[in-house]
Amino acid sequence: MSFLSHLINGVSLGSIYAIIALGYTMVYGIAKMLNFAHGDVIMVGGYMSFCATVYLGWPPLAGVALAVIVCTALGIVIERLAYKPLRMAPSLAVLITAIGVSYFLQNAALLIWGSSPKSFTSVVGGSPIALFGGQLTISPVTIVTVVTCVIIMVALTLFTSKSKAGTAMRAVSEDKGAAQLMGINVNTTISLTFAIGSGLAAIAGVLLCSAYPTLMPTTGAMPGIKAFTAAVFGGIGSIPGAFVGGVLLGVIEIFAGAYISTQLSNAIVFAVLIVVLLVKPDGLLGKRVSEKV
Amino acid sequence: MQKLKRYAASKAGRDTLISFGIVIAAFIVMQSLLAADAVSSLLESLLVPICAYIIMAVSLNLTVGILGELSLGHAGFMSVGAFSGIVAATCLSDMVAFEPLLLAISIVIGGICAAIAGVIIGVPVLRLKGDYLAIVTLAFGEIIKNIINVLYIGLDSAGLHFSLLEQSFTLAEGGEMVINGPMGVSGVSRISTFTSGFVLVLITLLLILNLINSRAGRAIMSVRDNKIAADSIGISTTRYKLMAFVISAAFAGMAGTLYGLNYTTVTATRFDFNTSILILVFVVLGGLGNIWGSIIAATLLTVLPEILREVGDFRMLIYAILLIVMMLFNNSSLKRRILEKRGMRQMEKAERSGKEGA
Amino acid sequence: MAMLEVTSLGISFGGLRAVDELSMKIEKGGLVGLIGPNGAGKTTVFNMLTGVYRPTDGGIRLDGENLIGKKPHDICRLGVARTFQNIRLFGGLTVLDNVKTGLHNQVTYSLAESLLHLGSYRKKERQMDEKALELLGVFGLENVADYQASNLPYGKQRKLEIARALATDPKLLLLDEPAAGMNPNETGELMETIELVRKRFGVTVLLIEHDMKLVSGICEYLYVLNFGRLLAAGTPGEVLQNPEVVTAYLGE
Repeated sequence: MSFLSHLINGVSLGSIYAIIALGYTMVYGIAKMLNFAHGDVIMVGGYMSFCATVYLGWPPLAGVALAVIVCTALGIVIERLAYKPLRMAPSLAVLITAIGVSYFLQNAALLIWGSSPKSFTSVVGGSPIALFGGQLTISPVTIVTVVTCVIIMVALTLFTSKSKAGTAMRAVSEDKGAAQLMGINVNTTISLTFAIGSGLAAIAGVLLCSAYPTLMPTTGAMPGIKAFTAAVFGGIGSIPGAFVGGVLLGVIEIFAGAYISTQLSNAIVFAVLIVVLLVKPDGLLGKRVSEKV
Repeated sequence: MQKLKRYAASKAGRDTLISFGIVIAAFIVMQSLLAADAVSSLLESLLVPICAYIIMAVSLNLTVGILGELSLGHAGFMSVGAFSGIVAATCLSDMVAFEPLLLAISIVIGGICAAIAGVIIGVPVLRLKGDYLAIVTLAFGEIIKNIINVLYIGLDSAGLHFSLLEQSFTLAEGGEMVINGPMGVSGVSRISTFTSGFVLVLITLLLILNLINSRAGRAIMSVRDNKIAADSIGISTTRYKLMAFVISAAFAGMAGTLYGLNYTTVTATRFDFNTSILILVFVVLGGLGNIWGSIIAATLLTVLPEILREVGDFRMLIYAILLIVMMLFNNSSLKRRILEKRGMRQMEKAERSGKEGA
Repeated sequence: MAMLEVTSLGISFGGLRAVDELSMKIEKGGLVGLIGPNGAGKTTVFNMLTGVYRPTDGGIRLDGENLIGKKPHDICRLGVARTFQNIRLFGGLTVLDNVKTGLHNQVTYSLAESLLHLGSYRKKERQMDEKALELLGVFGLENVADYQASNLPYGKQRKLEIARALATDPKLLLLDEPAAGMNPNETGELMETIELVRKRFGVTVLLIEHDMKLVSGICEYLYVLNFGRLLAAGTPGEVLQNPEVVTAYLGE
């Protein structure tokens, strides 16, 4: 029974990783950059929801809405101010700028909210559901997290494959120049991608803090790196890949912590990533790209 | 004299002279300030770390700037070097009484251990490309941190004892713990000095600049510029990738020992992802492949947060803004235009000289 | 025995048969053209000869030694050097260093000597400089030896690539559209240089071109490739008379 309970926890944590990874993968696909500030947008989302519910006394859903709106706007602003001027620059320059943005967000949060952790009240109320005569309990947050993640994944898949904006997104990620010649507004499309990615990060932030209720300026850093790992694991640029990678990563992390050692669970997660990449260098569901000679 | 002039005119010669000039001048200035007691204790405490960071930046520049592969786990090698160096220094402290010699031996051992880690990591992962290689080096850095965090090493009359996860050995009378899991090492004698740091920086510069201006260095740069072409002219690209990566790891290990033996307590979390990123920032701001740029960036960016202490809580925020602004300026159209003009001029000159030659 | 012997060479990418049943024989010292319309599979043949692609079937022998399955850098050491259709220089290095990199396996010294600049370092570097400058001289590039390779004009980049390939002291030199992007004057000049190089360095040359007129002037023998298959082979005179070749080039 404990196995099942660990599995459920793993899928739940993995769903959060998956939501972050979905945003990561979309941004990477279109901007070809490792957006290290993505994890910190999660943290901002957490704080926004916290402020709305605790300081302003708003209902939880309104808090989530505020988090999504603020993070979406934040994503667009970051892209316009920090990344857009570097579109022709070497990828390493963009990477360092992203790190600068990450430092900025963390330290701004530190100034505003201080370094002491805030205890976050879950946005999902209700008492845990007991199964098998109380041997297995599932918290409502877990269910909401998994369901949200699946909905987002399906919605994103439909959006990128069916909608006009989604097609434009795929076109821009294939070839910016050609997309522009076809009359696609590249800047708008990139902004839209950052907006969606950051909005997802806000949702992930609220869910993360609901499941693990301590909120600090560095809260987003490790989940950000893990989610990025998940995106690479599943094959960066691929939406189903980010989903599969996120969920698998969460499950591996919880199992490694439960059956091997909590102190080594991160090391085990990263070791699995390395093994996967060595066997499948483009991730589980990634596309093989080879250089033309 | 004529020879020296020609040497200074070549790009390689200029880089070497500038690099050594900066370091030696800075050392002399600092030594005289120290003698005059005109250095704040804060700055004085930064001298050894600055030396260590310079070596870290120069060695990472070998991987990122010269080999052209992004590594996000350089602090992992620093960590391996720091802890193996500390273990070596603790074990040998009874046998070697002369501290500089003890330090030198420990640094060599730290470098060798980091180089071994470099081989273990490099052999499987160097066939990955670009961002995939970056994420795997990040992963290795985290794994190294995690493992050292659960490593217990004790020393007693019977020799060294090791265990993982928990301390499963008991030490004989008079024995001591060298590495104590998450608490790391404590009670280390601080044998690193500014002078030893300076000497290590000079050795690093000499060897790495020599390497760049040699047959092996050209092979490494050819892999960076065009792997397929490098293969086509008979260069074993895997061999030279690994060579650069391992040499880079070895120097990071030596820097780690120097750094570790400058503190009485060191924990594994000191060498985390953020440290790797910090070093990478030095390299990118100093300029890829530009060795003296790395030296200046490492020094300034280590001192900068300390100077910004004046502004209190805002210091890291300002640091972040400065970082973004510098990156934006570095890649602005203004700067690019200047560089392009220089490139065009050379191209025109090449055309002209070709016509004259014909 | 021919120097290069290619027997029933073929390669498939997924379902696509890029080269099929190609057999060629090239004698030592020859200057041979591999021609054909765009997309005929010429560059793919080069990639198989140099180990970039592994053929699906068939054999390649250089002076009797099997080249199939060998790594590109090992094949270079056995004496095959090449240039690329889309120029591949070491853009960050100087013109001189590009050629010195080509001398990698000709003038060698150890890693320790590289790190310490002791031992034979100075002597060997001087030797490399001399050899490299001599090669640059053949192509009229000695004036630009200190320039960064990426700053050279296009025509000079092509020449530098040939110089770098020659630095590896090849028995067989593969040139992939060496005259692409050049004007008729430059092309004529380049063809003369190739003739000169062949005599001076005693190297066998196989060159790709899709302009037939161009190669018919200097090549002794031509192989014509179309849709991955050998369409015709013979002296330029014979090949140009071949009605199939004319059709392939001009269409029906």
